[in-house]
Amino acid sequence: MSVASASLDHAGRPYGAINADALAADARREARGLLALLSPGLILVFAVIVVPIGWLFWLSLFDEAGQLSAANYARFFEQASYIKTFVTTFKVAFTVTGACVLFGYPLAYMLSQLPRRAAGICLIFVILPFWTSVLVRTYAWLVILQRKGLVNTWLMDLGVIGQPLPLANNFTGVVIGMTHIMLPFLVLPLYASMKTIDVDCLRAGMNLGASPAATFRQIFLPLSFPGLASGVVIVFVLCLGFFVTPALMGGGKVIMWAMRMEQTTSLYSNWGAGAALGVVLLAVTLALLGLFQRLLGARTTGVWSSR
Amino acid sequence: MLLSLAQSALPIAIGGIEKRFGGVSVLHDLGLDVAAGEFLTLLGPSGSGKTTLLMILAGFVRANAGSIKVGGEEIITMPPHRRNIGMVFQNYALFPHMNVFHNIAFPLKQRRVSAAETAERVERALDLVQLKGLGERRVDQLSGGQRQRVALARAIVFEPRIVLMDEPLSALDKSLREHMQIELRNLHRRLGMTTVYVTHDQREAITMSDRIAVMNAGRIEQIDQPEVLYARPQTKFVAGFIGESSFIPVECRNGSVWYEDRKLRMTTAPPSAGRHLMVVRPEKLRLINGEQTGDVNALPAIVGDVIYQGDSFVCYATLKDGRHVTLRDYCRSDVLAKLPAPGEPITLGIDAQDVVLVADQ
Repeated sequence: MSVASASLDHAGRPYGAINADALAADARREARGLLALLSPGLILVFAVIVVPIGWLFWLSLFDEAGQLSAANYARFFEQASYIKTFVTTFKVAFTVTGACVLFGYPLAYMLSQLPRRAAGICLIFVILPFWTSVLVRTYAWLVILQRKGLVNTWLMDLGVIGQPLPLANNFTGVVIGMTHIMLPFLVLPLYASMKTIDVDCLRAGMNLGASPAATFRQIFLPLSFPGLASGVVIVFVLCLGFFVTPALMGGGKVIMWAMRMEQTTSLYSNWGAGAALGVVLLAVTLALLGLFQRLLGARTTGVWSSR
Repeated sequence: MLLSLAQSALPIAIGGIEKRFGGVSVLHDLGLDVAAGEFLTLLGPSGSGKTTLLMILAGFVRANAGSIKVGGEEIITMPPHRRNIGMVFQNYALFPHMNVFHNIAFPLKQRRVSAAETAERVERALDLVQLKGLGERRVDQLSGGQRQRVALARAIVFEPRIVLMDEPLSALDKSLREHMQIELRNLHRRLGMTTVYVTHDQREAITMSDRIAVMNAGRIEQIDQPEVLYARPQTKFVAGFIGESSFIPVECRNGSVWYEDRKLRMTTAPPSAGRHLMVVRPEKLRLINGEQTGDVNALPAIVGDVIYQGDSFVCYATLKDGRHVTLRDYCRSDVLAKLPAPGEPITLGIDAQDVVLVADQ
C-alpha cells in the first residue's frame, strides 16, 4: 500500500490515521486499568486454587522415601482395597442421587404448584436443615436408626418386626443420612427451574389435545430438565467427596474416598498417597462434569425429539 | 382437508355464565351466540371479564354456572384436552424445547395421526402462515411475528371446531400488528373457522371482526357489527369506548328532544321522557356559516384551539353551557381557507341522521 498515493489531510497525514496513535494509546490505557481492577480476584484465585492444587499434584509424585515416583498412582491398580473404596464411593453417590431425585422431584413439583405464600413457607422447611450442623443431623439419624433407636423400638413395639432392622452402621444408614443432607441441593435448583415454566405452555399442551399426564410427560418434564440436571450434578459431585455422614453412619463398614484420604494422611502420615487420592478424585469429578455437560447440554439446548 | 374448516365450523351458544372469584362476581348471567364461521371479538377494558370468558370457553377456568354448547353439544364440564378448540395465547406459549415442526405437529401427535400425514399437514399449515421451510428452526431463533404465525398454525393444524385468540397481537410492534390484523382476517376468510377473539384495542376489533361484543364489568353492553356499533352505540360506555365521543346533555319531553331551548332534529324515534346524552363524534360535526340548510342541528360554540395535523385538523370548541366538543375534518383547501381562529364564535352543525342518544347514567 502506498501512502504517497493516498490523499492527505491538511496536516499532511493520510486520511484514516487521524488521532490513530492517541486512540490506540487510550485503548491500551483502558486495558491496563481493567487488568488492575481484575488483579485482586486473579491473585485470590491463584493463591487459593492454582497453588494448592499444584502443590497437591506435586506432593502426589513423591513416595514415602521422598523419591520421585509413580508409586502412589500405581497403588490404585495393585491394591484391591482402593478399587473397592472407589466402587463404594460411586455406589453411594449413585444411590443417594437416585434417592434425591425420587424424593426431590415430587417435592419441587409440589412447591412450584403451591400459591406463592404457601410455597414460601414450605421452602423455609426445605432450607431449615441448612442452618443445622451436618454433624448434629447425622447424630440425630444415628439416634433414630440404630439398633435400639426410635424406628426399631416403635416397629418392634407395634409388633411389625421381631428383630431390629439393620438401618444404621451400614450402607442403608449412609444412604439415608446423606439423602437427607443432599436433598435441598437438588430441590432448590429444580424448584427454581420449575417456577420458570410458563403456565400457558401447559395450558397450550392441554388445549392441543394432550391429557394432563401427557402434558406433564411431554412438556413439563422436559422443561424442568435443566434444573434437574444441575441439581443432579451438584448432589453427585458433593457425594463423591462426602466425609462426615459416611464416617459416622457407616460404622466402619462403608469406606468412601474422602475417608480413605483421611486415614492415609492422619493415620499413616503418607502425604504422597493422600495427595494422589485427592488428585484422582478431582480428575474423576472434572471428567464427570465434562461428561454431564456434553450429555445434558445437548439435551437441553437441542431439539427434544420424542419420535 | 386443512382448507375445509368451513364445513366443520360450528356455532357456539353460551348462556347463563356466572363466575365469581372469591365472592367477587366477574361474569354475571352472560349469554352470547356465535354463528358458525363467524369472527366475533370480545372487546373491553382490562377487568371487564373478556379473558375470563375465553378461559372458560377453553376449559382452563371453571364457571360457577352456565352452559356452553358447541354445535349443540354441551362442553361446560368437558376437560380442555377433549374440547377440540384451538387457542392462540397472548405470549404465544410455544414449546421452547421443540422446533417449529414439532410445535405444529404436537396436536396431531396427540391425535395419533400417522407420520406421513403429520408431515404433510404441518407443511401445509406452514405454507398457510407463510413460514415455508422454517420447520427445523428453534423457537428462540424466530422473530415475534414468526412466533405469532407458528402459534396460529399450531392452533389450526388439527382442524379444531373453534379457534380462540387471547390478544394475540399485543406483543407485536404497531406496523407488524396492523399487518397481522389483515393477515388474520384474510386467513379467517379463507378457512372460515368460528373464531372468538379477545382484545382491548377497539381499532383492532373494528378492523377484524364480523361482530363485536363490548364487555364492561362482567356484562355484554352491546353486540353488533362494527359499523352499527360505531354509528349507533346503545350505551354511554360503548360510545366512549369505541371511537372518540363528546356527550351533550339533552332532555326529552312531550315526544321531542331538547338541547337547552332548541328542539333537536333527528331521524330516529325519540326515547322515553327524561334526561339523555347526545353522542357527538368529532367527524360528524362540521362548521356551518350562519345559513342553516336542511336537516341540520346548529350548536353555537366558541373556538378553543385549532390543531393542524397534516391530513386533518382538530378544533376544540366550548359550547354555551361550558361543555367541550371536538371537531375533526380533512384539510381540503376550501375548509383550510376558512379555519376559525381561537376565541372566535362559530356554529357547529350535526346532521339529523347522525344524532344518537344514550341513557345518562
